[in-house]
Amino acid sequence: MSYPAVKEIIVSRKETSDIKTFMFEYPGKIVPGQFFMIWIPSADEIPMSVSYIDKKIKGITFRKVGEATNALFNLKEGDKIGIRGPYGNGFKIKGKEILFVGGGTGIAMIAPAVEEAVRKDISSTVIVGVKNKNELFFENRFRKSGAKVYISTDDGSKGYKGFASDLAKELLNKDKFNSILTCGPEVMMKKLLGLCRNIQFQASLERYMKCGIGLCGQCCIGEGLRVCVEGPVFDGKTLKNVEDFGLYKRDASGRKIRF
Amino acid sequence: MLPLVDTTTRISSLKLKNPTILASGLMDEDAGSMKRVIGCGAGAVVTKSIGLKPREGYPNPTIVELECGILNAMGLPSPGIKEYGEEIRKFKSLKVPLIGSIFGSNSKEFVELSKKMQDYGANALELNMSCPHAKGYGLETGSDPKLVKEITSKVKDLVNIPVFVKLSSNVSDLAGIAKASESGGADGIVAINTIKAMKIDLELRTPVLANKIGGYSGKAIKPIGVRCVYEIAEVVDIPIIGVGGVTTGEDALEYILAGASAVQIGTGIYYRELDVFKKVCREMENWMKKHNVKKLSELIGASHT
Repeated sequence: MSYPAVKEIIVSRKETSDIKTFMFEYPGKIVPGQFFMIWIPSADEIPMSVSYIDKKIKGITFRKVGEATNALFNLKEGDKIGIRGPYGNGFKIKGKEILFVGGGTGIAMIAPAVEEAVRKDISSTVIVGVKNKNELFFENRFRKSGAKVYISTDDGSKGYKGFASDLAKELLNKDKFNSILTCGPEVMMKKLLGLCRNIQFQASLERYMKCGIGLCGQCCIGEGLRVCVEGPVFDGKTLKNVEDFGLYKRDASGRKIRF
Repeated sequence: MLPLVDTTTRISSLKLKNPTILASGLMDEDAGSMKRVIGCGAGAVVTKSIGLKPREGYPNPTIVELECGILNAMGLPSPGIKEYGEEIRKFKSLKVPLIGSIFGSNSKEFVELSKKMQDYGANALELNMSCPHAKGYGLETGSDPKLVKEITSKVKDLVNIPVFVKLSSNVSDLAGIAKASESGGADGIVAINTIKAMKIDLELRTPVLANKIGGYSGKAIKPIGVRCVYEIAEVVDIPIIGVGGVTTGEDALEYILAGASAVQIGTGIYYRELDVFKKVCREMENWMKKHNVKKLSELIGASHT
């Protein structure tokens, strides 16, 4: 039933000055890329990708960007949040060589996908893209995963200087990949889709959500595709026919907001 | 080959290929979503309720599933009539009836919205006088028979498309308000909206919905909707569209026997996916074949003695 289970935050960890990870007991299977609706009592309820997937323990990793995430950020170990889900489809992790591209907080949900790929003996390369080195998180986690790790920063303060999509272009010219899996700013993901000629593509999208269960239509893209049910992960073939992709999203009132 | 049973229906001047209509407030944020619902078998769609200006609605949680239904308090979010016009125009390529739902706090606002809806190409209007959780709108306008009559007649004076009034069960004299709609010139009545309700979480000792109070929908409210449609059918001669908990063909037929010419489906999408419209139609047809009923119209109001 889509009713929030109230759970205690058992681990709170600061990843950067404005990014935190919370962990809580939440048994059950989750596919990397699926999301929870997180109820922050007396503040809001927001969709959030799962960043840690263990049999019993699950985690979320988020940046404080608005009222809801600020309220969430201020919670401590022992505080309670409501959780419903998991919702959505998640990534299909298959193939021989996958290039993962995580941009900004999109890195959070790419991490369990990379770990899953390595467990499946898929040759995995990951680009972790941030604006500057102070925003970088999960670097050690990726290095320990067994994937080949590249860091890109817009300002060149660490690793490759430039956008993650530019680095991806260079890697695609150099190495063989049969698939790109990505989560991050939509403009970046649209650029990546443009690079995929003969390779598979999957991107995880973010939209303002209300119900999370395919009813309200708030998160619909293209011809009625519900990001909360048919997504949040869509393949390249689908996204090529979605005019909204990389162009606009809708706010709480339903007005179009350009990226 | 001709179909064995005829499930087409008419509501005022609207002709529907089948009696299932998408209810307002679900999968109607944009033209693409409504087109998909038509592809899933709906005979018509109702847009989300649109107001004059953009309105964000309430913060989340706006929805929660309970044992026998779904509780929501969206708070009438809407991009405003100007921006929504584009979605109606895009939908119109389908040539399937689109009913424009509007909400206002007085007759002036309803009139302005009605005019715009008609200009954008809506085939009919649904005046929302029943949303149970938005201050100053919906039910707050729909509880007063005089106001209902005034709004309906002023809208009717200005537009030439059919005007339906959506009523709530959360009133003491539903029959009186239905009659007020009819005497205001309404071409049909839509009943019911969600029913005022609340869920309190034991662990956090707080109402779950941000707005605290919301509207309950789904299976649990069907008997209330059927009762309301039956009562309305006793006092008015205009067509009725039944809403509330329709999940199966049998549910739809019950509403039709109570007096409805068509039904709207909303929460049923959650229980039976988007093609609930196709499923409900197929189930109605099967029932009709089994009971040797050739035309759905034979069943409308047939439970009244």
